[in-house]
Amino acid sequence: MTGRDLLAIEDLDRSELERILETSLRMEEVGRRDVKKVPTLRGRTLINLFFEPSTRTRTSFEIAGKRLSADVVNFSPSSSSLTKAEGILDTAMTLDAMDPDAVVVRHKVAGVPKRIADALDAPVINAGDGAHEHPTQALLDLFTVWQEKGRIDGLTVTIIGDILHSRVARSNLYAFSKLGAEVRLAAPPTMLPPAVESLGVKAYTSLREALEGADVVMLLRIQQERLAGCFFPSIREYATAFGLDRRKLRFAKDDAIVMHPGPINRGVEIAHDLADQRPSVILDQVRNGVAVRMAVLYLCAGRTPRGGVRREGS
Amino acid sequence: MGRIWIRGGRLLDPASGCDEVGDLLVEDGRIVAVGAGLEAGDGDVIDAKGRWVAPGFVDLHVHLREPGEEYKEDIASGGRAGVAGGFTALVCMANTHPINDDPSVTEYILDRARQESPARVYPVAAATRGLAGEVMTEMVALFEAGVVAFSDDGKTIMDSNVMRRVLEYSGLVRVPIITHAEDRTLVCDGVVNEGAVSTRLGLPGNPAVAEVVHVARDLLLAELSGAHLHVAHVSTAGAVALIRAARERGVHVTAEVTPHHLTLLDEAALGYDTNTKMAPPLRGSSDVEACRAGIADGTIDAIATDHAPHAVHEKDVEFTAAPPGVIGLETAVPVTLDLVRQEQLSPLEWVRRLSTNPTRIIGRPGGSLAVGAAADLVLIDPDRHWIYDPAKGYSKSRNSPWAGREMIGRATVTIVGGRLVYDVDRGVLVP
Repeated sequence: MTGRDLLAIEDLDRSELERILETSLRMEEVGRRDVKKVPTLRGRTLINLFFEPSTRTRTSFEIAGKRLSADVVNFSPSSSSLTKAEGILDTAMTLDAMDPDAVVVRHKVAGVPKRIADALDAPVINAGDGAHEHPTQALLDLFTVWQEKGRIDGLTVTIIGDILHSRVARSNLYAFSKLGAEVRLAAPPTMLPPAVESLGVKAYTSLREALEGADVVMLLRIQQERLAGCFFPSIREYATAFGLDRRKLRFAKDDAIVMHPGPINRGVEIAHDLADQRPSVILDQVRNGVAVRMAVLYLCAGRTPRGGVRREGS
Repeated sequence: MGRIWIRGGRLLDPASGCDEVGDLLVEDGRIVAVGAGLEAGDGDVIDAKGRWVAPGFVDLHVHLREPGEEYKEDIASGGRAGVAGGFTALVCMANTHPINDDPSVTEYILDRARQESPARVYPVAAATRGLAGEVMTEMVALFEAGVVAFSDDGKTIMDSNVMRRVLEYSGLVRVPIITHAEDRTLVCDGVVNEGAVSTRLGLPGNPAVAEVVHVARDLLLAELSGAHLHVAHVSTAGAVALIRAARERGVHVTAEVTPHHLTLLDEAALGYDTNTKMAPPLRGSSDVEACRAGIADGTIDAIATDHAPHAVHEKDVEFTAAPPGVIGLETAVPVTLDLVRQEQLSPLEWVRRLSTNPTRIIGRPGGSLAVGAAADLVLIDPDRHWIYDPAKGYSKSRNSPWAGREMIGRATVTIVGGRLVYDVDRGVLVP
């Protein structure tokens, strides 16, 4: 990882990804114990700085931190004194002055975790920034596929949905390509990012072609309120053309698995009966999220206590 | 004021085509003699060996922020930054507070400029009241108050009928209508060039076609009305091609390009530095190449900085929330000398685009070294190496994408109306 921050999968190389996966495997074992706690980060402070509301990711980071014995503080500016009067960097530096050992940042605008990381001494972990990246989501998806398939290399991964606005899609396309998978994106033309094939993936507007031979089918949440009418005509039309059901899934490999970062829109991007049982692994993803975030926290915040080694240039 | 002898410089006069080493004598605010081996007499002597001597540069596109946003810039600081960058005249945009849509604001700006600015200041008035794009301003009254053009710069007149009437009505005053050509509905919420860079950054893209569509409309309306349309900050290959074709069929169109659109790529935004956010955005390499070809072949007449000061606290925010724009007065010379070093412009043609053409576009004197012309002059050392530090510059703001960069080439002396106003070793000297 770049320094001790985790800002983007784009910045990581293969060996760093593999190291996180192997560390996650050890952390996953902790989660299966009677006492789900190890002293690894005892005495360290972790701040969840969530400028954008999120229950799932924040809870996952919180549980991960607590299983490592860190002191976890949640800071959600919407519920604090933060208004437009205090800028993001002022907020972050205020928290930094309280000497946290890691800061987990989510913001609705791409690039904010990077700007905060540039300004802070503490390691910064990106928990999702706009339509840029959501690195720990991609890592938990990698881990889940690795557990299911025993490998990443040579797999075909098809990501379906609103790629244009998806940080999950961006992080995943880097993560899976770097480990040797073929990544395909499928969406209506209005929801494919411009020049996306320059990132080393293939873009499809035919769901059938995108699914043929796929080992992994990954669905993205459609943000109905934001999109309908501008990027596609209606939810009904989207569900008909790109919603996944068992009939369309037949185009993929027989043993293909179905993934979704949640929260799911039943009947929109995924059929009701497909969401709850195999080949869906949606709840395994959630479970693995804790292990992967434990690994990331350990690797970012566990090596040198704060004050031990200061990053250069900060 | 007395006399100034400028001796042994390379005289570059696009108006006459002169490019030769010689001397130049300034007396009582005017050029009184030009030639090789003038006999030196009384007065100050400036040794110009190794320097280029050119008519003063005229920046067609500057935001001086006064009245109303003096914490970003004011007429005094902007004027100082201008002469330190080699500009003897600045054309300032109307988006001040209050907006320059009334003669009283024009008169205020001109009055402040006379008292405070070492550079000449030529105000642009809003084309529509309140820059709202609805009702045209009192063009005759504003013209008589001293404006040199009309523009809703920063905003775009989206209503095509309003734009048509503004162009037609401008026939009464015969000054250019400057268009900030970006179709707002296509820009949508875009903040960086749409393409691989917006995809990688996860930021909303502003497509090149937003500019091209709008330039196409404005060219057609200019053709219909016969008015003089000036296209601000051209950034796309499509716009360059449309302007070239329009001029060939006789449309009265002129155009400018900024130093940043000539030299920086959209990739500069990959670190989320808000000092790489401008409107229109930095583009990809094919657009940059087309702009360079356009300035080289004369399709684009002028280099203009779109000097847009913003305070640090305004830029140090989320990328989407940061105001667009960068300062450029003090870096335009070294940055655009890149085109001379790459042999896309001769020194003479480079001066034409910074001096002679801009003065022609706004119909003001200047842009020439002819005997009798006002002594607005600049000396350029094309080889001088220096590091640009905005904190040490004259602008009040620091929002430059070139902060900390090594620069090659610099204005070393600036003279306005026969008065030495800047010397690189002594700084700005007056007022």
